[in-house]
Amino acid sequence: MLSLSKDDEADNAPNMNITLNGEPHIMAQNTSVAGLLAGLGIALAKVAVERNLSIVPRSQFESTQLVDGDKIEIVRFIGGG
Amino acid sequence: MPGSATNHIDKPLVIAGREFSSRLIIGTGKYKDYAQNAAALAASGADIVTVAMRRVNIGNPDEPMLVDFIDPKKTVYLPNTAGCFTGEDAVRTLRLAREAGGWSLVKLEVLSDPKHLYPDMEETLRAAKMLIDDGFEVMVYCSDDPVFAKKLEDMGCAAIMPLGAPIGSGLGLQNKVNIRLIVEQTQVPVIVDAGVGTASDACVAMELGCDGVLMNTAIAEARDPVRMAKAMKHAVIAGREAYLAGRMAKKLYADPSSPLAGLI
Repeated sequence: MLSLSKDDEADNAPNMNITLNGEPHIMAQNTSVAGLLAGLGIALAKVAVERNLSIVPRSQFESTQLVDGDKIEIVRFIGGG
Repeated sequence: MPGSATNHIDKPLVIAGREFSSRLIIGTGKYKDYAQNAAALAASGADIVTVAMRRVNIGNPDEPMLVDFIDPKKTVYLPNTAGCFTGEDAVRTLRLAREAGGWSLVKLEVLSDPKHLYPDMEETLRAAKMLIDDGFEVMVYCSDDPVFAKKLEDMGCAAIMPLGAPIGSGLGLQNKVNIRLIVEQTQVPVIVDAGVGTASDACVAMELGCDGVLMNTAIAEARDPVRMAKAMKHAVIAGREAYLAGRMAKKLYADPSSPLAGLI
């Protein structure tokens, strides 16, 4: 399902396509990892983010800008054995 | 002095330099909900829970989170690699777990055929090396083969965790001889991981001299998981104490407990 992330800084910017947790996702250009998470309503402290198979450290969520074609994985702890 | 109270204090379980008072580790899968899971954890007395890493549900960011029910500040989260079938998958998963949680103590399991979920030992050895080189402290799920167990220990794994029976089978320890061989040769903790079905199975593992037991399904799929968690707590303590006490010799014939002298 396609959804649009909100990012105040990028209201007027054109959109770009990324792959988010394996699904196509359309979002405004010039969005940071932190902006993506905020737009999705995901608490930063509870997840880890991978961009194109490299981990994005939490300290770099704000400074890491996403670009068209990025493959993003957002994961968290769940129950398991 | 034999029998004095001070002799009966057990050493804590030490894994990678960290002390744990409970020798039971429980999983967090297959429960009805996280609240039941948390209640079972409290009843079990476990200090460590295994957890999995999975994608956030983008469509439902408000779904219940494990961390809201089991506090990672009070209970050690042991991230696992369940569902990984290659070394690369396992390393990728645990790097994400380290970033999400900030801890380096992890459980490595690299599986093979979904039918038996037996560990792929070739990939497990390769992944363990990659993880140790990357600074992880690796508790490793492995086959009950003493040769592989030794290789994993020599490589620097923090705990050796042989299976007692296939994951989720509840069949109990299938090869006590091998588990005992691994216990005798291993300097780091040996923790039976997988195969426990009921309390007596956990007790047997501890009586063999294992340092701990890890289980998930035996508790989660019991009719009353919280009560089974309590049973497992007692089973692990009972088995440990029996091991430390040293069992009596087995005899072929009866030996009366009451003295024969003075019979009327």
